Amino acid sequence: MDALNNLLSTVGDAIANLIYSLLGKNPGADFAIAMLAAILICTAAALGFMALTWMERKLVARIQDRVGPNQAGPYGLLQPIADGVKMFTKEDSTPRDADRPVYNLAPLIIAIFALATYAVIPFAPRVVGTNLNIGVFYVVAIGSASTIAILMAGWGSNNKYSLLGAFRTVAQLVGYEVPMLLNILPVVMLTGSMSLIDVINKQTTQNGGAGIPFILMLPLSAVVFIISGIAETGRSPFDLLEAESEIVAGFHVEYSGMKFALFFLGEYVNTLAISLVFVTLFLGGYAGPEILPGYVWLLLKVGVVLAFLMWLRGTLPRVRVDQLMNFNWKFLVPMSLINILAVAFLSKIFVTTAGAQTANGGILVHPIIQTIILGGTGMFILVMGLWLVARRTRALRLAEEQTLAERRAQNMATAASLK
Amino acid sequence: MRTDFVFVGAMLIAGLVLMGGALIAASFLRPHKPTKTKLDTYECGIETVGDAWVQFRVQYYLFALIFVLFDVGGVLLFPFAVAFQQVPLYSVFILAVFSITLLGALVYAWRKGVLEWD
Repeated sequence: MDALNNLLSTVGDAIANLIYSLLGKNPGADFAIAMLAAILICTAAALGFMALTWMERKLVARIQDRVGPNQAGPYGLLQPIADGVKMFTKEDSTPRDADRPVYNLAPLIIAIFALATYAVIPFAPRVVGTNLNIGVFYVVAIGSASTIAILMAGWGSNNKYSLLGAFRTVAQLVGYEVPMLLNILPVVMLTGSMSLIDVINKQTTQNGGAGIPFILMLPLSAVVFIISGIAETGRSPFDLLEAESEIVAGFHVEYSGMKFALFFLGEYVNTLAISLVFVTLFLGGYAGPEILPGYVWLLLKVGVVLAFLMWLRGTLPRVRVDQLMNFNWKFLVPMSLINILAVAFLSKIFVTTAGAQTANGGILVHPIIQTIILGGTGMFILVMGLWLVARRTRALRLAEEQTLAERRAQNMATAASLK
Repeated sequence: MRTDFVFVGAMLIAGLVLMGGALIAASFLRPHKPTKTKLDTYECGIETVGDAWVQFRVQYYLFALIFVLFDVGGVLLFPFAVAFQQVPLYSVFILAVFSITLLGALVYAWRKGVLEWD
């Protein structure tokens, strides 16, 4: 069991020792190991991308009462490879009017920065690219690079649809970064660190953690984080940047062949990264009961989150651009700020360790009681916010219906007088 | 500390090598037969008129301004969040003042009609 548990770190140590014995302990060897690990992580992410495309097509097909890919291999499992071969051998045409450097650089940038997110994500105990002390910050910073790449693609293509897609992207991705940032904040406050490993440790019983996943303590943050995560990756129902039925494919309409494949890869790798970050921040990452190794727990949790995202994609219609902006700025952002204040006050008043009580005062409670108080408050704020939105939406709809009814009555009266 | 970021650099290089490699490999594998119509800008079959390089609507700029406000505000909140376990209760009131100022800016923009999209 232990051997299975530490499989990844044992193999990693063995490879590192081999390289050290070949090159000796010097910075060059360190860099060689870092390079090797980076290439392994990038390859793993690319494989995850292939698995994800298959899973998405199969699952969305089932939701829409179709079978999905079933010709290439058993259950269509070889479909991603067939797609890959097609992408490699497809002609790649650049429009005459495009701004070539910008046009060619955009897919490369989006793919590289999507892969770079994986540098800080912990896959299993001791299996992490690098444990940066600004981990979550790095994820947000690297994640926003895709905005620039999409803007470059839309502008460089010199196509009206692409440009419209890029405009929308700026408004959407830039806007939804705010609630994402504001909802990582409560997690950092309760952890006292931005390192993703520390966040996981806080959610386990080791190293002074309470063993409670943050989704129970911060339900509102988890909900808003996943919503803004979907918007950040441009997935349905927030796929305005590539709305097929309105602006054909948005920013990547002019791309074909391998460059299109890189956009596709960037999008799916980002989705996977957001799910991994969500699992790490709110579901305890690789932590779980000892019956399964850590990386299996991580895979299971990520699978559940991804299935949820695909379920949303198969169920919800696309939102309008004004609805998108209103939902963000008038609902998510104020609610997140209120949530931060509530978490700050309550976690200072109800403390869980005697040390914190003697240092700063407050009421000493069991971690479970604190979870109930924080979680209950979060749920209360969420329900109140949703209730306000529902009331406002209903008022707007009723007003619209009344105007329509009045207009209809007027038309009927005109028709009657003409007779 | 600096060695932590070496891996980030390695990651960027690995991404560049793998993705750039895929692009170069594809350039050897794919056919290349450009024609005049193929290189036209795609516009659902209509011949395209003029350039797409137009000015942005001012609305996007206003949203970008509010974004900068909240992004910088958020960045300033993160050091507070990291130190949150050590600070006394009264610092939460300072946080409240800061957040309410941010919220006030949002309400101001809201009342000015910046958030209306039409």
